[in-house]
Amino acid sequence: MLDNKQNRVMKVIIYVVCIFLAALSILPFWIMIVNATRSTYQIQQHAVSLIPSGYLMNNLKILLGKSFNPAVGFANSLIISVGATVLSIYFSSLTAYAQVAYNWKLRDAFFSFIMVVMMIPGQVTMIGFYQMVYKIHMTNRLSMLILPAIAAPTMVFFMRQYLQPTLSMEIVQSARIDGAREFRIFNEIILPIMKPAIATQAIFSFVAQWNRLFEPLVLLTDKSKYTMPVMVSLLKGDIYKTEYGSIYLGLTLTVLPLIIVYLLLSKYIIAGVALGSVKG
Amino acid sequence: MKTKKPGYDRYARYGYFFSIPFVIAYLLFSLYPTLYTAVIGFTDLKGIGATAIHFLKDDPFRNFKTVLTNPSFKQGFKNTVGIWLCNFVPQMLLALLLAAWFTDRRSKVGAQGLFKVLLYMPNIITAATIAILFAAFFGYPMGPVNDLLVRFGLVEKPVELLRNKTTARGVVVFIQTWMWYGSTMITLISGILGISPEIFESADVDGANRVQTFFYITLPNIRTILLFTLVTSLIGGLNMFDIPRLFLNGGPDNATLTTSLFIYNQAFSGSYMYNRAAAGSMIMFVIIGILSAALFFVMRDRDEGKLRKQIKLQQKEYSRKMKAERRNA
Repeated sequence: MLDNKQNRVMKVIIYVVCIFLAALSILPFWIMIVNATRSTYQIQQHAVSLIPSGYLMNNLKILLGKSFNPAVGFANSLIISVGATVLSIYFSSLTAYAQVAYNWKLRDAFFSFIMVVMMIPGQVTMIGFYQMVYKIHMTNRLSMLILPAIAAPTMVFFMRQYLQPTLSMEIVQSARIDGAREFRIFNEIILPIMKPAIATQAIFSFVAQWNRLFEPLVLLTDKSKYTMPVMVSLLKGDIYKTEYGSIYLGLTLTVLPLIIVYLLLSKYIIAGVALGSVKG
Repeated sequence: MKTKKPGYDRYARYGYFFSIPFVIAYLLFSLYPTLYTAVIGFTDLKGIGATAIHFLKDDPFRNFKTVLTNPSFKQGFKNTVGIWLCNFVPQMLLALLLAAWFTDRRSKVGAQGLFKVLLYMPNIITAATIAILFAAFFGYPMGPVNDLLVRFGLVEKPVELLRNKTTARGVVVFIQTWMWYGSTMITLISGILGISPEIFESADVDGANRVQTFFYITLPNIRTILLFTLVTSLIGGLNMFDIPRLFLNGGPDNATLTTSLFIYNQAFSGSYMYNRAAAGSMIMFVIIGILSAALFFVMRDRDEGKLRKQIKLQQKEYSRKMKAERRNA
């Protein structure tokens, strides 16, 4: 009896805390989206409101009238995120397959190397990278942000962890007997087996690429090459100083695609985090 | 067909073939820039558009000395570690508490899926956007925070909150905690769910209460995951850039300056001191290298421990089978 009562009190506390935290997750974005529809005057009177107003189009006009160009940022971010994700998924799977399926002399040494370098963030070697790219006149090329994704140690690590217990060499053997080449076996048999791992890794890679600020900020100086996060930093400058409604709208435009994708795929994302995503 | 030596595996070479793209990309885009950064640290490379390298002759370590004695770098390093610590401790405590609640079998929390989704959400939103959003929230004179403070009568007139160093740092700490506790929570939950339920059952039988179960069973069993979270969070924290850069750009008076931001400013915002930035980067590289090496050894030992356990289990199984067979015979 006593235990039951205690349990009920506990439950109430848990729900109160969880609802508070959930509200804390939603409110900042709610205020942002609502303010995107309010006029600067309304925001100056009362900066917090939970009810949208009718100035969305007006804010949009002001926003697009200056240097903030969400369409360009969206397109560039999409090219980089998709390109880098596809490359890192494909080549990480290939590298992981080489680890699991074949017995080669340097295999274990190579894997140890991957584990050692996997934690080193690209940010600390950016000066050298910038100088290298600058020397070959490739700054402002999106490819310089996409191609490095071919070598993604963290993803190789997770792909290998997935493939190790999943792969049965008998399938590979029978394909070999049927005369399939090794490369074809990888493309037509192994990749489909890896679908679940590919799905989670793709989501995380895409989000990480989409949110990346440091590298694009350093490499891209041409406004037509700006990505969404670099574009968003324009909202901080003097051009939009008092256009509060437009600033909120600009911020909303940068995260709306993410929020939609997140709500659609949240189940897989949460499952993916549970598998262990290596991030700060 | 040529005959091959016995034991020759004709497929082994594909292991090398399939690793080639990774290796080439790694050499080109990671290893070479790393070495190049290290080299630049020993040169006088500075000035807009400069690429020519001249090694320092009088004192090869001059850049490193300059950076290490630079008051901004020292302040930045202190801030970085301080901000990380102040966000990691509450983040971990909150995540542990929530993970314990969500995995408790006695008071099953409903709508768990929804809570997880909402609590994790800030983590996937662009940090750059969040930084500017919070800067707008604390805007003076009429940001939402001031609006609320005035409306609830906590202050009479709007305050310029972010002029205060402690407040500015506090907001950065809050943003970091808010963005990351959900992620830590989910990692911990999956760790706790990985513990064998038998251990919890026997604790129940022994009459352990919730708190005892948590401290004597749950915590020791997720030690490695805790350590993993600690190290990855520390490495991420040491690289903190997006939030401090776009929130207040290191201000007020360097209160939110981090080492990453210091390095960025040295090289890319007006001063073009690539040599000093490179030296600063290499200092951070060494610190992070040591941390990740430590993590590598811990993870490797754990894997080996698991393997040993599995072998033992198999041996037990095997001897049991043998015994059963003998009995049948």
